[in-house]
Amino acid sequence: MPVRPASSGRAGRRLPLAWLGVLPFFAFTTAFLFLPAANVLVGAFQDDAGGATVDHVRKLFDEPYRTAFKNSIEVSLVTAGLGSVFGLLLAYAAIREGTPRFVRAGLTTFSGVAANFAGIPLAAAFIATLGTIGVVTQFMTNQLGVNPYDHGFSVFSKTGIEIVYLYFQIPLMVLVIAPAIDGLRREWREAASSLGASSWQFWRHVGMPIMTPSILSAFVLLFGNSFSAYATAYGLTGGSVGLVPVTIGFYLSGNVLDDPHLGQALAFGMLVVLALMMLAYVPLQRRASRWSR
Amino acid sequence: MTPRKHIAPGAVVWLLLGAAYFVIPLAATLIFSLRSNQTGTCCTLENYGEILHDPQFSKTIKTSFILSLETIVVTLLLLVPTVYWVHLRLPRLRPVLGFIALVPFVVPAIILVVGLLDIYKGTPSWFYAEPYGFLVGAYVILAFPYMYFSLDAGFRAIDVHTLTEASQSLGARWTTTLVRVIVPNIKASALAGSFLTLAIVMGEFTIASLAVFDTFPIYIQYINQNKAYPASAVTLLSFAITWAAMLALLAVGRGRRAPAAAGAH
Amino acid sequence: MAGVELRQLHRRFGDVVALDGIDLEIESGEFVSFLGPSGCGKTTALRLVAGFDRPTSGRVFVEGKDITDVPPNRRDVGMVFQAYSLFPNMTAVKNVEFGLRVRKHARGSRKARALELLELVGLGHAADRYPHQLSGGMQQRVALARALAIEPRLLLLDEPLSALDAKVRIQLREEIRRIQTRLGITSIYVTHDQEEALSISDRVAVLSHGRIEQIGTPSEIYGAPATPFVAEFVGTMNRIESTVADPDDGRVTYDQTSLAVDAVRGRPRGERVLVLVRPEIVEVEAAGTAQNGLVGEVVSQTFLGSVTRLRVLAGPTEWTADLSAARAAALPIGARVSLRFPSAGAKVLSLEGEEPPEPSDG
Repeated sequence: MPVRPASSGRAGRRLPLAWLGVLPFFAFTTAFLFLPAANVLVGAFQDDAGGATVDHVRKLFDEPYRTAFKNSIEVSLVTAGLGSVFGLLLAYAAIREGTPRFVRAGLTTFSGVAANFAGIPLAAAFIATLGTIGVVTQFMTNQLGVNPYDHGFSVFSKTGIEIVYLYFQIPLMVLVIAPAIDGLRREWREAASSLGASSWQFWRHVGMPIMTPSILSAFVLLFGNSFSAYATAYGLTGGSVGLVPVTIGFYLSGNVLDDPHLGQALAFGMLVVLALMMLAYVPLQRRASRWSR
Repeated sequence: MTPRKHIAPGAVVWLLLGAAYFVIPLAATLIFSLRSNQTGTCCTLENYGEILHDPQFSKTIKTSFILSLETIVVTLLLLVPTVYWVHLRLPRLRPVLGFIALVPFVVPAIILVVGLLDIYKGTPSWFYAEPYGFLVGAYVILAFPYMYFSLDAGFRAIDVHTLTEASQSLGARWTTTLVRVIVPNIKASALAGSFLTLAIVMGEFTIASLAVFDTFPIYIQYINQNKAYPASAVTLLSFAITWAAMLALLAVGRGRRAPAAAGAH
Repeated sequence: MAGVELRQLHRRFGDVVALDGIDLEIESGEFVSFLGPSGCGKTTALRLVAGFDRPTSGRVFVEGKDITDVPPNRRDVGMVFQAYSLFPNMTAVKNVEFGLRVRKHARGSRKARALELLELVGLGHAADRYPHQLSGGMQQRVALARALAIEPRLLLLDEPLSALDAKVRIQLREEIRRIQTRLGITSIYVTHDQEEALSISDRVAVLSHGRIEQIGTPSEIYGAPATPFVAEFVGTMNRIESTVADPDDGRVTYDQTSLAVDAVRGRPRGERVLVLVRPEIVEVEAAGTAQNGLVGEVVSQTFLGSVTRLRVLAGPTEWTADLSAARAAALPIGARVSLRFPSAGAKVLSLEGEEPPEPSDG
């Protein structure tokens, strides 16, 4: 049997057979991805009798869910914003001319690890650092005479979560933006210079406009990353700070009998936010890659 | 601009700041882990001893590790033939696969587990209550996007049609072609994806916790909630495991870009 | 006052010597090419003039002023790069405007000037296109317009045509020359393509290993190469290693045959020399008729369109001779032939103390 890519329309009898090859994959993803997603989508709008209702979704706009969404969005915007900026500055510092090669290699390796370090271990690490008897806390109290906890700071708060999230947001940004920085051709810099542009003028007219789609799409990625995070927040605060994933966790770990549909409604709310994020990400990515040819 | 001979001062500032932010928590964790439970000061290895001698530690690490291996095997068995087939016969499906690989980012673990628990709560306990059934299914979903992007890049780098036709013209059957010709050529991508999967599964907390399974991250959280200093010890051990997986990934993936990170979050 | 002066330029990268003492004066309005193989230092020299690199020692002068320490964005030098130098986020006209924008020209006047320059390079109709919508040749035209927009004192071109198709290359190089002549702007053109350099330059500097081997007009470089390297690199040349036999009469010994070469008159007897003969003056006839001739065998024939190139093995060297197709047809592969050349038509270079250059594929 000659091996050729299936042509459109013609080999009618060959087509069904070829599709069998991908059946296991589609079956698996249906069972473990699409069906659960559908379950959430549908369940959010069902009442206990099986009829349709928007009550659950409407409750999302009440407390405490309203605050949970507000907190989650706020934390995600902050960590995505700061993560983008610091990640960009760090990546550029490591990649630019003059910096020894090993710095970039080291930063990339470390970023790969740090981006994966998220979760309970990261929370534990920051408790050891900035907790009430954390190493840095004690250092500040004993050596600098200032105890942050006396001034309203706590690592077990929304601010603490933001500080901790940056530990995996910044590395993710470094990994994602490095190719875009590489894509800035030396010729553009030199051409701009030969035409009389200063460094600042280059960045303003050429460098940043070219990087902007990549930076924006990275921001969106970081936003989604932060929004869906559960383990780190849970390990750090045990749930005392209201975030959407944490609230969903409450529903699943105890109050299932209470109102399972509300858990699904919360999950649905998350899905909407993340889907919006995806809708922004894909065209931004395409635009970013248009210029790196 | 003239080529710089030395590092820019601005770069030094940012790199040092970055290094401080990333190293200090690790150093603090190390110091914490060496503190005695009685005196609260340095320096003792008793926390490491406590963890390493804890039967739950070895039990949960073993469970997580076996889960990782199973996830890797299932993902490879599922994806390698599929990606091969799509590259060979159904190129129109490539964008579809690419799209499906992005879905887990819109349906992350915390959402996935809601649906999974609801759908499968009626299934027999050997599937639902044992980690090796239900959890593997979920983990494959978490891991497969990374495996897919890695394999897709690998397949794009080789000429699938020519290799297959050459193999078949020499008389090989499909299985032989797949195993002896195709697989060796995408080994690097498969390995890269496997190490990423390992890191993901060894660190996954959300689904394991909410579906009530006893894996290594669950153990870490238990220690974290109950014993401050040993928690730092086990945190560093977990960090070391992730490091090892990443270094292996680098060693394998030399010359190709490492895919972006995954995580337990 | 010279347009450009390079004085004792040296550039070393660690142990590697990229430029080994370049001295050159270029007249105002002159078009000079730097010609040589990869690694000869031509691009390094250009980048020193542009300011993207600093010499280890030596100075660069433009219109009498020492600009060695001036940063590149203040040198008022227009540069065209090999490829990919257009800013991808700007249309063609905005690219061309860029230098004027940086100099704070008014929006209206700079757009008008940019369009004027795009017309000059034949791309007035493509002003609003983005670089990725332009072919390679069109991109380079825009790059040229952009470099000229700022009315620079000097135009530098770094292998601007290397990345383009052959036909486009020929067309574009003539256009570049036409524009340069019209504007009268001093230009330095770097290339490894000797046909390109010879066809459009006022003078050509042939570089090798960081040094200028020869600088002269295209006909000087082609007809009277000063060193074996130049003879080898420029054009196809028969390089015949011989020994001076008779300095009074002008004869050399090649493979036990005596050949008449006027140019050896006055040279020391016994000197090892390289006799240079252009393929177009080598005469080839069927063997048996020659007096002052070499005997050899036709090894290959290559149809080149206007001539047919014969390779004839006579002695230890394969000679290259260009004949008309008709005459070549009478001398098929394997035919025994005799070679001759006018005694006044050969040039001579001393081989004493020199390694014979590596043969190339012409």
